[in-house]
Amino acid sequence: MLKFIIPLLLFIILAVFLALGLNLNPGEIPSPFINKPAPNFSAPKLQAPEQKLMPADLKGKVWLFNVWASWCVSCRAEHPILNQLAQQQAVVIVGLNYKDDPNDAQKWLDTLGNPYNVSIMDQDGRIGIDYGVYGVPETFVIDKKGVIRYKHTGPVTAEDVQQIFLPLIAKLQAEP
Amino acid sequence: MKRLLFIFLLMVSGSSYALDYRQLSDPKQQESYETLTSELRCLVCQNQTIGDSNAELAADLRRQVYEMLEQGKSKEEIVQFMTDRYGDFVLYKPPFKGKTSVLWIAPVVFLLMGLIAVFVFIRRKKAAAILHSDPGTLQRDVEKQKKIRSLLEKGDRS
Repeated sequence: MLKFIIPLLLFIILAVFLALGLNLNPGEIPSPFINKPAPNFSAPKLQAPEQKLMPADLKGKVWLFNVWASWCVSCRAEHPILNQLAQQQAVVIVGLNYKDDPNDAQKWLDTLGNPYNVSIMDQDGRIGIDYGVYGVPETFVIDKKGVIRYKHTGPVTAEDVQQIFLPLIAKLQAEP
Repeated sequence: MKRLLFIFLLMVSGSSYALDYRQLSDPKQQESYETLTSELRCLVCQNQTIGDSNAELAADLRRQVYEMLEQGKSKEEIVQFMTDRYGDFVLYKPPFKGKTSVLWIAPVVFLLMGLIAVFVFIRRKKAAAILHSDPGTLQRDVEKQKKIRSLLEKGDRS
């Protein structure tokens, strides 16, 4: 009897581990930023390079920090979703135009629409490094105190907006 | 033949080291630069180090490492800088702590389990061999061996 039970148990354990492995996404790296203050920056605005934006300017507001670039293919998939979210005016959306040519970026916004309250430029990718950006697009949700509460890697889908972003934004808006 | 050789040489010549070689004035720092770029993971390509990868992010991270070394930052400070931003995943050698303990301990556990299994298996075999052999067969074995030895010594001329 034992002769059958032991291999069976081993098989079940192995199967469970393999099943877990199948469902893990190795592209998703846990962000060490959750519940940490958003790293500081002072970056020129895309549409007004002589002006600079700092996280401190957004204190008291819940904001999304969306990393995008005109060369990024999945950003194109995400863009209409962001446009829709912007129409609802539930949250301030700040764009980080990552390693991009400002002219290309401007053209992109002109043709596809501009969901961003403001976009800032990060041409050499230094702000990206400070935010641990490794794959564009990425989206951070930052609360009124300037603390990162959520990070989404890859394109935001309509489902993500309904199930994750809107409820979280509502919760954060209710916080003092 | 020449063509084959040429193709072979092309195949082995692919150096994986990224193209923007950087030279630091202090040889010690240069050494740190090289170890760091071979220990930090390129997060876009995941199975390459930032020293091996030509991805843009890897190039940016190499620049970051280079600049920090030039500013006189220590290796530990740079590793801390990277893990603060990208988590332990950026390290090819993850630190030993609660979350990673399974990763470190599992191979030892599996080795021990294997050794125990082999040990038990051999002991069982031996026990079974002794159990199944009665004195008679042992006696016959001795006789057989004698016969074999005498045959070997004399040679079989039949």
